[in-house]
Amino acid sequence: MSGRDAILSKIRASLGAGGDEAARKTAVAERLAGHPRGVIPERGHLPAAERLALFRDMAIKANASVATLAGYDALPDAVLTYLRERNLPASVRMGTDPRLAEAPWHEAATLEVKSGASDGEDVTGVSHALGAVAETGTLALTSGTDNPTTVNFLPEHHLVVVDAKDVTGDLESLWSALRTSRGDGSMPRTVNLVTGPSRSGDIEQVLLMGAHGPRSVHILVIDPEGTMPAERTP
Amino acid sequence: MELTSLKFKEQSSAAIANADLQRALGNVEKGFIDKRRKSTDALPEFDRLRDNARDIKNHTLAHLDHYLEAYEEKVTQSGGHVHWAATAAEAREAVLAICQQRKAKTVTKGKSMITEEIGLNDFLSANDITPVETDLGEYIIQLRGEHPSHIIAPAVHVNRDQVESDFRRVHTQFEAERDLTEPVSLLAEAREVLRQKYFEADIGITGANFLVAETGSSVIVTNEGNGDLTQTLGKVHIVVASIEKVVPTLEDTAQILRVLARSATGQDMSVYTTVSTGPKRADDPDGPEEYHVVLVDNGRSDMLGTEYQEMLRCIRCGACMNHCPVYHAVGGHAYGSVYPGPMGAVLTPSLHGIDKSGHLPNASTFCGRCEEVCPMRIPLPKMMRHWREQEFEKHLQPSKARFGLGIWAYVARRPKLYRRAVSLAMPVLSRLGGARHRIARLPLAGGWTRHRDLPAPEGATFMQQWAERQRHDKGSKA
Ligand code: SF4
Repeated sequence: MSGRDAILSKIRASLGAGGDEAARKTAVAERLAGHPRGVIPERGHLPAAERLALFRDMAIKANASVATLAGYDALPDAVLTYLRERNLPASVRMGTDPRLAEAPWHEAATLEVKSGASDGEDVTGVSHALGAVAETGTLALTSGTDNPTTVNFLPEHHLVVVDAKDVTGDLESLWSALRTSRGDGSMPRTVNLVTGPSRSGDIEQVLLMGAHGPRSVHILVIDPEGTMPAERTP
Repeated sequence: MELTSLKFKEQSSAAIANADLQRALGNVEKGFIDKRRKSTDALPEFDRLRDNARDIKNHTLAHLDHYLEAYEEKVTQSGGHVHWAATAAEAREAVLAICQQRKAKTVTKGKSMITEEIGLNDFLSANDITPVETDLGEYIIQLRGEHPSHIIAPAVHVNRDQVESDFRRVHTQFEAERDLTEPVSLLAEAREVLRQKYFEADIGITGANFLVAETGSSVIVTNEGNGDLTQTLGKVHIVVASIEKVVPTLEDTAQILRVLARSATGQDMSVYTTVSTGPKRADDPDGPEEYHVVLVDNGRSDMLGTEYQEMLRCIRCGACMNHCPVYHAVGGHAYGSVYPGPMGAVLTPSLHGIDKSGHLPNASTFCGRCEEVCPMRIPLPKMMRHWREQEFEKHLQPSKARFGLGIWAYVARRPKLYRRAVSLAMPVLSRLGGARHRIARLPLAGGWTRHRDLPAPEGATFMQQWAERQRHDKGSKA
């Protein structure tokens, strides 16, 4: 008997299955097709402005930084400013995402933009997120030429662009967006949900940033409607 | 690893006498309990999410055969391969066969308890394949030739100075005079060493927190990003996961994710939650060329339909050990098994037999805290009691009653621990006592309550009553 048959028949025997298999099969098929939502936290249902503010607050709580831009025109300058403020080389790695490609990179003449997957030598990577989740300050990035997965992990600094309209309240709404993103209901090879920069607490439970992935995650929210409320000054 | 649970008592005594370990264990309490409480308090829906998480897993387990078949079909559709392994040996062989086919010399590994359970590292090494652990904690203990002492903080028993001396011993490529005083310099050094390993490795092996039947995806949850580099940079990605990791849908995954990180580290969400479906696509600039899943049973299907079935809901968050006074006192290694703490005390006998793990279900003060914090609402104390009953029926009775009292005595001698254990135990004991205010069976002291009732605690008198009883009974029963 193959491992497969051995395991499945043992499961069936242990569960006492073998009676009404039709009912069990239907229960499974219905759940898979209907993918019912369970308990959605109240904070997942906020109106747009509060949702964006919550996203910003939660991302900052997870040690990311957040800036709001009025449009893609402002992107190259925002990237340059980030690099300059931290004395980083004026060079970024980026995929072929059409939304990123549309930004006027030529205006940032000093900035080198390298295309394709990261080789591990890049200090800064730029990605475009599929969306984001306000309840936890989480970014969702999908694999492919547009946004290679290696850009999410190898550079020390990760700049992630997300459209304000793609910030959902709860994780379940992001799954819905994901299901329609490829048109045929199929999954991308990889979906990276990223909540803040990489960290480790493995040495005496002291939290240290920048374990294997980026030490710093900077989020650029493209918000042409100006929905994001101004940051509260402490 | 070699199972040494039968020596729990000796190992506990050694752990209690180990000053370095005791210092390190202080970090468990400091590090985890407050953070969990703060994050769960901040989510009003937390308890309802726990109920739903429990229900999702119960539903899945009741239909496990069909969900596994659905999952397999989706993996195959997305170009991946599923290998079914009924035993640990079959799982090791399945991994080795893939490695040999790709003529792999080194494999990187994301943190995975199931590969500890099946003893994968030693097996690969014996077959001339070098496994490299990439989670910082796992890397540290691999250098030390040790096993994890905690399921989410594997090196929690190691202190900073020990890490420094291990790094100096092993990382001879760096200058001997380098400054490693700051923990962050240790992290930077590990990062640099492991970066190289990801690129050199032929194959990346990870575990999985979830397998999603709806999409055929594996999900890993990490904070470091090591699992992602492991599975992205290797030419082949092998997922090793036990059969109960399957959940029906992405929505179900979201429900459980909400309770996982909060229970584990007190984060609202771990830094990286990665959903992987099949190998590299035609237009992918990166990612693995092959994607394999080794589905491991190794005793799980035997637990279905028994009083231990509920243990299969466990999502390995570690909350039960983080809140366990016995774990705080003796650490993870004393348990002598892959899985320590309350969840280990239930799971180890299920996987290896009670005859090989007899002491573990006694490694408890029955304060009930583990069940209180378990996000999957697993009745751990009840299951430990079941094991003790079975042990009794089998007449496997090596001075275990005395041992149970020994743990109590240890806790009782430490006022801080004792106060906590008692304040936690009070409501539980009171409830057990019911209207009669008598407890016919006090699980901790089975050998003792078999012959008499223990007065259930009423207010602050418990401590005196206990002391009195113990004095009274000294030598006669224990
Ligand atoms: S038994 Fe519960 S608390 Fe313990 S690790 Fe499993 S899920 Fe977490």
